[in-house]
Amino acid sequence: MAVTEQAPSAARRSARPARGSRKAWNPNKRRKSPMLTAVMTLGLIYSLLPLFWLIVNASKTQSNLFSTNGLWFGGHFALFENIKQTLTYSNGEFLHWFGNTLIYVVVGAGGATFLSTVGGYGLAKFDFPGKRGVLAVVLGAVAIPGTVLVVPTFLMFSKMGITNTYWSVIIPSLINPFGLYLMWIFARDAIPKELLEAARVDGAKEWRIFFSISLKLLRPGMITVLLFAVVATWNNYFLPLIMINKPSLYPLTVGLYQWNALSQTAGGTPIFNLVLTGSVLMIVPIMVVFLVMQRYWQSGLAAGSVKQ
Amino acid sequence: MTVLSAGSPPRTRGAELKPRRRRKWTGWGFIGPFLLVFLFDLVAPIVYAIYLSLFQDKLIGGNKFAGLANYTQALSDPQFWTGFERVVLFLIVQVPIMLLISLGAALAIDSARLHWTPLYRLSIFLPYAVPSVVGALMWGFLYGNQFGLVSDLDSWFHVTLPNVLQSGTWILPAIGNIVTWEFIGYNMLIFYSALQTIPGELYEAAELDNASSWRIIWHIKIPALRPAIAIATIFSIIGSFQLFTEPAVLYPIATNAIGSAFTPNYYAYNLSFNGQEYNYSATIAIVMGVITVVVAYVFQRISQRNQGA
Repeated sequence: MAVTEQAPSAARRSARPARGSRKAWNPNKRRKSPMLTAVMTLGLIYSLLPLFWLIVNASKTQSNLFSTNGLWFGGHFALFENIKQTLTYSNGEFLHWFGNTLIYVVVGAGGATFLSTVGGYGLAKFDFPGKRGVLAVVLGAVAIPGTVLVVPTFLMFSKMGITNTYWSVIIPSLINPFGLYLMWIFARDAIPKELLEAARVDGAKEWRIFFSISLKLLRPGMITVLLFAVVATWNNYFLPLIMINKPSLYPLTVGLYQWNALSQTAGGTPIFNLVLTGSVLMIVPIMVVFLVMQRYWQSGLAAGSVKQ
Repeated sequence: MTVLSAGSPPRTRGAELKPRRRRKWTGWGFIGPFLLVFLFDLVAPIVYAIYLSLFQDKLIGGNKFAGLANYTQALSDPQFWTGFERVVLFLIVQVPIMLLISLGAALAIDSARLHWTPLYRLSIFLPYAVPSVVGALMWGFLYGNQFGLVSDLDSWFHVTLPNVLQSGTWILPAIGNIVTWEFIGYNMLIFYSALQTIPGELYEAAELDNASSWRIIWHIKIPALRPAIAIATIFSIIGSFQLFTEPAVLYPIATNAIGSAFTPNYYAYNLSFNGQEYNYSATIAIVMGVITVVVAYVFQRISQRNQGA
């Protein structure tokens, strides 16, 4: 119970502009500890060094990768050539995969957010026959990790003959029980009952009320759900790996993996510089999203959001 | 997850029941689309996988009902059990290390005794924003003795570090390191968010009593963190049992060390994708799914009881 109570309230608190009243006790006057700072610097190095290595090596040519010091720029600075080569290699497959990832993200994550928002609102603001059953089933499903479903879904889709299509990746991304849970909690608190009653008295239809009034109030919760759904579909690997074996439908994750696998096989073309540069290109957008939307991911994390 | 769903529904019921008697079925219009997709995405695959797991496809005799034969096969399958023991070992060793580091980092960031706190918070979180495929690829390169960091260390210090990618002993710690790197920041932020909800009055009171930092940590912060630690642990249990991406990405460069049944999930993947053994693959997926959900549930019950809730 304690778990249940704490998580959503933390989510609500930080999803809104107003913050907790911790300021009464001023932490800034405390003495800084050089020792603690030194220990944490080790943690910082551990976290950033691999990324630094990645960027340094993405700026090297394939041959300099092997001949120069891995932790510093060496030889010719080839980042921009590498980027150009990454984008154009093999008829621009990287850009094509990027386009595929965008389709999976926009339709999959967008659809998941829409279904969660509408459903969560329905659960929070209406009473209907069978509601308790719906709640029990859907909230029970929050406990089933997404990865458990991948193989069973693949087996079903392959029986239905819809593997190797965009839909085989999009459809399983549409369900996000945690998103529904979050939106249910959020809608319950963010939309005053009186507001809905007033609109109904004015004779507005339920869907009109939803789109013209409720949706605005639900926006902070929606953005949190959307952010996590976007990150999950952008990073998705297991699902497309098993569903798709046509390179023209790969998302970036699977495409990069295949480039690397080809580089490693005997007789394959070593294009490590492209794998490295492609990795950098794949990280950048998601980092921008995280940085710009700090407020929302912190509230989602506070609610104990998705891990996979 | 289970934790979150545990006790919430009763709270709304009383408040929502009365005023809307006349609009009985309207709510279905809103939850309906979700439920339809839910049935297709979640219920149908599980039902179909259970169905598949009860059949066997034999060269002679074709597809035949086999009862629980696939399950008895799974329970005595050394490949499945080796993979299972591996993820349990992973859970017992990697998860505590990762969570302790995350806890230390969260306490340090919350302590206000750190210089440039936002820098540390952001930097340590950053790896979580890296897609796990990219994280695994990158660490795979770093471990490599061709142009990775390991080869540089070898040449700087004139040593020969073990090639973790070719070693059956080292590959698991190597993957543990990747997962730790990816998730320290995530867990740190879960803990940090929980610490932020502690009311300032508690600290004021502690300060009046002249309580030391350690006493504040032990008597105020850790108790407040217990629900967050429970959540983080449950996610980590699930993450360990369902380990897939890291071994799958490393497979091309560590083929012998990883093999085809490194983790139960990877085994199920290989059975259905490369082996066409659909029925048996479905069985493995179900067995592992049930184990995951049950262990996560049991852990949640235990941690709730310990919190006196």
